[in-house]
Amino acid sequence: MGKLTGFLEYPREVASRRQPQERIRDWFEIYQPFPAEKVKTQGARCMDCGVPFCHNGCPLTNLIPDWNDMAFRGQWREAVRQLHATNNFPEFTGRVCPAPCEAACVLGINEPPVSIKLIEKSIVDHAFEEGYIRPEPPAVRTGKRVAVIGSGPAGLAAAQQLARAGHDVTVFEKNDRIGGLLRYGIPSFKMEKHLIDRRLEQMRAEGVKFRTDAHVGKNVAVADLRKEFHALLLAGGSEQPRNLNVPGRELRGIHFAMEFLPQQNRRNEGDTVPPEDAILATGKRVIIIGGGDTGADCLGTSHRQGALSVDQFELLPQPPVERAPSTPWPLWPMQLRVESSHEEGGRRKWAVSTLKFGGDARGNVRELYAIEVGPPPRFEPLAGTEFTLECDLVLLAMGFTGPVKGGMIDHLGLELDPRGNVQTDDNYMTSVPGVFAAGDMRRGQSLVVWAIAEGRKAAASVSQYLLCEPRVP
Amino acid sequence: MPDTTFRPGLPDAQGLYHPRNERDACGIGFVANIKGQKSHDIIVKGIQVLLNLTHRGACGCDPETGDGAGVVIQIPHKYFARECARLGFTLPAPGEYGVGMTFLPVEPPARRTAEGLIERLLAEEGLSLLGWRDTPIEGSAIGRVARASQPYIQQVFVSRGRGMSEDQLERKLYVVRKRAEAEVAAGDMPGKSFFYIPSLSARTIVYKGLLLAPQIGHFYPELSDPDVLSALCLVHQRFSTNTFPTWQLAHPFRYIAHNGEINTLRGNVNWMHARESVLRSPLFGDDLKKLFPVIEPGGSDSAAFDNALELLVMAGRDITHAMAMLIPEAWAKDEGMDPQKRAFYEYHASLMEPWDGPAAIAFTDGRSIGATLDRNGLRPARYMVTHDDLIIMASESGVLPVKPEDVKFKGRLQPGKMLLVDTAQGRIVSDEELKARLYGRNPYQLWLKEHQVTLESLAEPPREHPADYDTLLERQRAFGYTDEDLRMILAPMAQKGEEPTGSMGADTPLACLSDKPQPLFHYFKQLFAQVTNPPIDPIREELVMSLTSYIGTERNILAETPMHCHTLKLQHPILTNRDLEKLRRVSQGDFLAATLPMLFATEEGGRGLERALDQLCRRASLAIKSGYSLLILSDRGLDTDYAPIPSLLALTAVHNHLVREGTRTQVALIIESGEPREVMHFALLIGYGASAVNPYLALETLQVGQEGWPVRVEPETAVANFIKAINKGLLKTFSKMGISTLQSYRGAQVFEAIGLSRKLVDKYFTGTVSRIEGVGLDVLAEEVVRKHRFAYRARGESETELSVGGNYHYRAGGEYHLLNPQTISKLQHAVRQESAKTFQEYTDLIDLQNRQLTTLRGMLEIRQSDEPIPLEEVEPAASIVKRFATGAMSFGSISKEAHETLAIAMNRIGGKSNTGEGGEDRERFQDNRRSAIKQVASGRFGVTAEYLVNADELQIKMAQGAKPGEGGQLPGHKVDETIARVRHSMPGVTLISPPPHHDIYSIEDLAQLIYDLKNVNPLARISVKLVAEVGVGTVAAGVAKAHADVVLISGDSGGTGASPLSSIRHGGIPWELGLAETHQVLVLNDLRGRIRVQTDGKLQTGRDVVIAALLGAEEFGFATMPLVAMGCVMMRKCHLNTCPVGIATQDPVLRARFQGKPEHVVNYFFFLAEQVRGYMAQMGFRTFDEMIGRVDMLEPRDAADHWKAKGLDYSAILFRPQVSSRIARRCVDAQDHGLNQALDYKLIDHAAEALENRTPIQIKLPIRNVHRTVGAMLSGEIARRYGAAGLPDDTIRFQFNGSAGQSFGAFLAGGVTLELEGDANDYVGKGLSGGRLIVYPPRNSTFLPEENIVIGNVALYGATSGEAFFNGCAGERFAVRNSGATAVVEGLGDHGCEYMTNGTVVVLGACGRNFAAGMSGGIAYVLDDRGAFRAHLSTGAAVDLEQVAGDDAALVRSLVERHVEVTASPRGKWVLENWEEMLPRFVKVFPREYRRVLEARQAAAAAARSATLSRLAAERVPVAQEVA
Repeated sequence: MGKLTGFLEYPREVASRRQPQERIRDWFEIYQPFPAEKVKTQGARCMDCGVPFCHNGCPLTNLIPDWNDMAFRGQWREAVRQLHATNNFPEFTGRVCPAPCEAACVLGINEPPVSIKLIEKSIVDHAFEEGYIRPEPPAVRTGKRVAVIGSGPAGLAAAQQLARAGHDVTVFEKNDRIGGLLRYGIPSFKMEKHLIDRRLEQMRAEGVKFRTDAHVGKNVAVADLRKEFHALLLAGGSEQPRNLNVPGRELRGIHFAMEFLPQQNRRNEGDTVPPEDAILATGKRVIIIGGGDTGADCLGTSHRQGALSVDQFELLPQPPVERAPSTPWPLWPMQLRVESSHEEGGRRKWAVSTLKFGGDARGNVRELYAIEVGPPPRFEPLAGTEFTLECDLVLLAMGFTGPVKGGMIDHLGLELDPRGNVQTDDNYMTSVPGVFAAGDMRRGQSLVVWAIAEGRKAAASVSQYLLCEPRVP
Repeated sequence: MPDTTFRPGLPDAQGLYHPRNERDACGIGFVANIKGQKSHDIIVKGIQVLLNLTHRGACGCDPETGDGAGVVIQIPHKYFARECARLGFTLPAPGEYGVGMTFLPVEPPARRTAEGLIERLLAEEGLSLLGWRDTPIEGSAIGRVARASQPYIQQVFVSRGRGMSEDQLERKLYVVRKRAEAEVAAGDMPGKSFFYIPSLSARTIVYKGLLLAPQIGHFYPELSDPDVLSALCLVHQRFSTNTFPTWQLAHPFRYIAHNGEINTLRGNVNWMHARESVLRSPLFGDDLKKLFPVIEPGGSDSAAFDNALELLVMAGRDITHAMAMLIPEAWAKDEGMDPQKRAFYEYHASLMEPWDGPAAIAFTDGRSIGATLDRNGLRPARYMVTHDDLIIMASESGVLPVKPEDVKFKGRLQPGKMLLVDTAQGRIVSDEELKARLYGRNPYQLWLKEHQVTLESLAEPPREHPADYDTLLERQRAFGYTDEDLRMILAPMAQKGEEPTGSMGADTPLACLSDKPQPLFHYFKQLFAQVTNPPIDPIREELVMSLTSYIGTERNILAETPMHCHTLKLQHPILTNRDLEKLRRVSQGDFLAATLPMLFATEEGGRGLERALDQLCRRASLAIKSGYSLLILSDRGLDTDYAPIPSLLALTAVHNHLVREGTRTQVALIIESGEPREVMHFALLIGYGASAVNPYLALETLQVGQEGWPVRVEPETAVANFIKAINKGLLKTFSKMGISTLQSYRGAQVFEAIGLSRKLVDKYFTGTVSRIEGVGLDVLAEEVVRKHRFAYRARGESETELSVGGNYHYRAGGEYHLLNPQTISKLQHAVRQESAKTFQEYTDLIDLQNRQLTTLRGMLEIRQSDEPIPLEEVEPAASIVKRFATGAMSFGSISKEAHETLAIAMNRIGGKSNTGEGGEDRERFQDNRRSAIKQVASGRFGVTAEYLVNADELQIKMAQGAKPGEGGQLPGHKVDETIARVRHSMPGVTLISPPPHHDIYSIEDLAQLIYDLKNVNPLARISVKLVAEVGVGTVAAGVAKAHADVVLISGDSGGTGASPLSSIRHGGIPWELGLAETHQVLVLNDLRGRIRVQTDGKLQTGRDVVIAALLGAEEFGFATMPLVAMGCVMMRKCHLNTCPVGIATQDPVLRARFQGKPEHVVNYFFFLAEQVRGYMAQMGFRTFDEMIGRVDMLEPRDAADHWKAKGLDYSAILFRPQVSSRIARRCVDAQDHGLNQALDYKLIDHAAEALENRTPIQIKLPIRNVHRTVGAMLSGEIARRYGAAGLPDDTIRFQFNGSAGQSFGAFLAGGVTLELEGDANDYVGKGLSGGRLIVYPPRNSTFLPEENIVIGNVALYGATSGEAFFNGCAGERFAVRNSGATAVVEGLGDHGCEYMTNGTVVVLGACGRNFAAGMSGGIAYVLDDRGAFRAHLSTGAAVDLEQVAGDDAALVRSLVERHVEVTASPRGKWVLENWEEMLPRFVKVFPREYRRVLEARQAAAAAARSATLSRLAAERVPVAQEVA
């Protein structure tokens, strides 16, 4: 497996990013192509560990050493099959996953880890190019009908699994396009949207039906679904954004990230956003509150829209540049992350707490008042560090607190867990028999890999429920 | 088949103890007058031989009670006539009456019943009673224990029936004895456990008992009566593994005395029993049935062998013929053997399988007396013939003092050879003549030619099953193939033709606890040889191994007809599809094949399976009735409704059914199955009786299913390589058990089942050990059904094809591993951050096996005491950690940094680290990097006197958990300068550790090595490392009796640097079973008090330690976990030298990455100890000692809801033997090593001046064979004072006269010269560490030295430096594993210079077979004046043969000159006188690897050689003075 001494012979390489000055002028993916020959060399670095810690890093339990080896040997067709064995959409995770597998890679103990994410992406891109990826319609139809609500990564993964198991699957999506967060949450410079369409084409050929503009609990009655389908799988995500309750929050120009980012994706799809609704950073002084991935996405989008300046605030103190001692290998490292968007400009400031916003006479936000704070859990304000910053647009990227309540959840009468997510048993079934939940809706805001993993496992439970059969390894 | 469980004198089976595991070994011998002249003197001499073999026996808890001793002599007619007359009855002429020696119940009424029974049977068989005679005995002569169990000993005198010949009388006596045995066994006679008939014969009489050798003459006073005359006297001294009073198990038996062990006993006994139905004998007629069972239940392996031999002899075969049949030579691969002789053996191989195992057997039928050795020649047998027609044969030389001038000839028995003294003809018959007589009996060659069928000779089939790609995947799934099976098992076999290698042991659940469906195969564990018999090296000693078998209907073994060899000869047991089709369509002679389906309907689960099995058995019976002789059990044709019956289950169901029906020997069973794919599977099928296996799915997978494999191989090559790999693996598996041939392995059932229910085992695996109950047919069916369902469910293209497996490497979704990403990282975080909390999280992951059952200990709960005590009152952690040791990991397998870190850590806490078998750098002896435990393993790398004296403990490694029964190999490329220096070898030269210690083939040999080591370093405790398997407790008892101070019981899961995957997974059993058994057996034997018990094998948590203590351990070993603490992440790449954390590697780049610190290891052990304290407080134990053996503090966990675990029963593990409270349950006494008798005390006294002031001394002393290990203690003293350098050359010089005992000159240090006029026994110069040995025959002897044997077997084993000159021949394995000594010898036995890595050997005469096997270094110069040498070279030897010239010639000449100088060798003189003529006849044996290395360092080598020359010239020693 792999090349026995590959890790000693080759350094880690990943695809390089286009120059920031170039890339902020378009909405295309930021990475340059990576030659297949070099992918092989990267695969050779995998040590085929007796205990592959990468497995543990990956919620999907991807068979990483196995397909690393196949990539090394150029066995692309087998590699993509192995990849698909645990992951329906490696072309998504290969682009947007933060790769906890690499953080857990054994080589990472004393060397840069194997470029697992790159290899994953290369395998699947190559497979699409070569036409290895084809629809896999089921041989037998079970005649059971399943509704999947939500078309994000969890819903899509579940739908594909269920359809391949022979069930009749319909996906309900409240938006006008399928894809959920993949479609509208993730900027296209991180993942171009035609990738989703390519998958949807495959899924349609496998028998999945998609209904867009179908908001269950609003324009689609829950009761009807219960009558029409043998089982429901809720994968509506965790879309309730965390708010910032400070004076001035009501001012115009303060928006949640998820109000801002989808608009740009729509524009990229060729839609037009009515000027009265448009939120644009063009020519503005932008402040992003929240130092995570979504904040970074807002940052990149703002620069591409032509922001005058961008500041990003984070409540937590600045993490160390290297792995923090509190998170030794193979744990997910607490450390300073520099996303591509950070290379493109903007200022980052840590340990900042927003006190209030000030606005002009017309009710537009004009300035932000903040103070520096101490470390968690108390975040003690540090007297004398108050400051004010002028701004025209404030984007709140502080995470999500759980699924949107009311509507479907209420109509179904689902029990929630203490954190406000939909509660399920070990088999992903909610308190209502026949109704299942998966993804962020069930476990709260998380990574795409988790969503896919949840979707797959929930699908297996649904299938088992429908067929009344014991689980098969 | 009868289970041989009833063993009089032994306790009943209880807990994990089972009497069938008892072993023994011993010393044997005989004295005879070649001319058949009877005298009392023969008996006196015989008893004296016995006396001088006393050290080969043992005594138990009562020092006065031996394990047994006895003699066989001819019936002393003169004496009996006199005595019987006194009792009032007259004896007829010799030959007209028989005498029985009987052991009877002590209570008079019971005794009278027994007498009555014998009288009735005598009458019924037409014999008449002459009278009974109380055998005079002297009860006070024997020990307390022996006395308590002593039977009433009577002699019965029987007159022949009218007109009976002597032979007829003998047969009738045999019938009477067999009937009596059977009736007593079946009945409920009071006191029947006493009843036993040592002998009942018209020719011989056996005197034996639970005696020590010196007691026999006193106990049976009549043996001292001058009227007791015999021309022969065969003697035996027993060393058993128990202390139970067993009078019956003393040797000799009626025909033999045996030193060794029959490894294939279970199979031999079963087959003998199965054959009974076809036995016919004109000599016995209807009487034959009265002899059944032929093999007496409850006997030992030797007793069973005696039974078989007796039947063959009584039914008319000559005793030599019968012996050659039961214990044939290694003929199959011996191209040089006379074709007629080979035909003889091959013919008899068609009749029956060999009784395989190490054996020196002395036998007599009362007229002739002889001895034979098994094919491996693993037991010593020396003999001497005098001018006055006396022959003395014994396990040792020098057992009887004979004046040198009276000696006509001295010799030794060679492997597979026989020696016979025909007293009727009055001469010794040589092996050659004997065998010629045998093969001349019949035209065996012709018979074979006419009747034997071979696969090649069968007609080509019109078609064979084609591979079917379309259904391949679903069939693979149905048979449970995993991705891993393909990638890690099949692919490597297909590519390389050998089994894949792995490392770091096993940490997956037992099959009976795994949630994954398991193949039935995985419920079994392989047994292996340890201590009581040696494993074999199947590669280097290939000549004794054979996969050939003969299948077909078995015939009456009491007859000899041409049709007996009408069998099908198979070269190996794996059939391709074409081979199988040939068989299916065979129509030659008696051969006719029927195919029976082995499938069952999945719908009905367990019941369906049972029904299908019953039906299969019925079909088999019917097929036999219809005349079919080959039954092919086939699982082809599975579909959505029908699943395969596990092939092993189908096989054993049919096998056992046919055995019960008495038809088993009429057919051969052939398996056609998709299931078997790895070595273990095939081993099991054959081990349970299959004749051949067609693994069609594995073959198909290799042919068509290679998509996605790392490397593709041509289909034909893949299949050929796979078969080659399986065959090699099978040989390896047999050899682990010490079994040489497939024929003997077949049906030998050398497996233990773990987790199968008793009911299942009794019905389908009759006779197999299964001690914790477990699953039944329903679960087995469920496992098949799960796989079947997976196979036939709909699937998509992007699914993984097969389940991932995850057995060898951790895989998400695969099998569970105790060492997984969470546990490894938690432990590392805990020890680095010194966080007890994180450590607790780590142990919780392992201890709380709630969701994932894995180990037996996980299934036990520790009880809480009603009176817990405060933690402060518990013994401190600092004292508990002293009980901890790290495992034996050699420097070489792990890096210098890792090795020293462990040593430093253990020295800091007062625990012990272990050198492993790679020696230790001298620099470390005096500082904190010194390992307290110095290991002595089979390779003896770096084992010098200096190494030994620098230890607190010397550990003899008998086996290793990850690969019990196997040796190891350190490839040349890993042997760098440092490793080579430490191991006393040459950089770049491959180092091999042989599977056995070549000085331990039996328990008394182990006792000898313990004695050797104790001599060198009396301050060190001696530990013996065993691996858990059924019977390990019994072996441990033997080890205790051999005076070890510590016994280590290793579990099966321990780590390894490299081992075949099948060994890692399928050899050995969990330590919980082995430890519990050991503790129980030691307590039962009252031996526990004198030995400490240690255990290891993936001990991970405080809870593990506590459970081990409660099960009986005092000390604990850890290897994997300290490595993990230092940074090991279980890469399982140790064998590849690419360890990325710098632990298991010698690569400097990788070593630099090592980040482990002693603190990490120290933290780990203190965390452990603190956890242990917590449990102790909970249980109310203040001191650790209180906890040892308290199994009552353990209880089984409730597993009622687990589909598999619910059937398990731990009561045998948790058993507490009912013994008196006076019997110690932990070690309280020290062993008495008997050192006070060592001759070395005298030597040290004599050498005091030399030791202190280096003043040269020279002393003459007499020596006898009872003086063992002479020179070792003295050498220890020198090494302590002067280190490896020793004293200046020749400072201490002893000149001995006589026969030296074993281990003469062992570990002899530099500066000491031992000169011996006489001869020596085995292990001369073992571990020679710089000293000089000179042995020559007595100056006044009359024989030619070069034709006589002067030293025994295994001389210079593991010698590191020094010189030896032997004026005469040596035995087997001369200079085995020599790594530096220089020796001259005049001839040697088989396997010379085996595994040699360095040093120089000059042989001035003939060599035996297999010379230079595994020789990777050093040079041998052999004088091949008969031109026969090349044929004796090992076939696998990687050596070049060259002319001797130049420097070589000078070296040889100077060595020969030296030899002549010190020994006055006539042969040497003659060679020198004819040097010009002789020189061209010398052959230089030059290992290729060594040559390569040497050429690379040519300059250095040249310098070294000239230095040797000049040293030799400078240090001429005067020729030895005449010695008194």
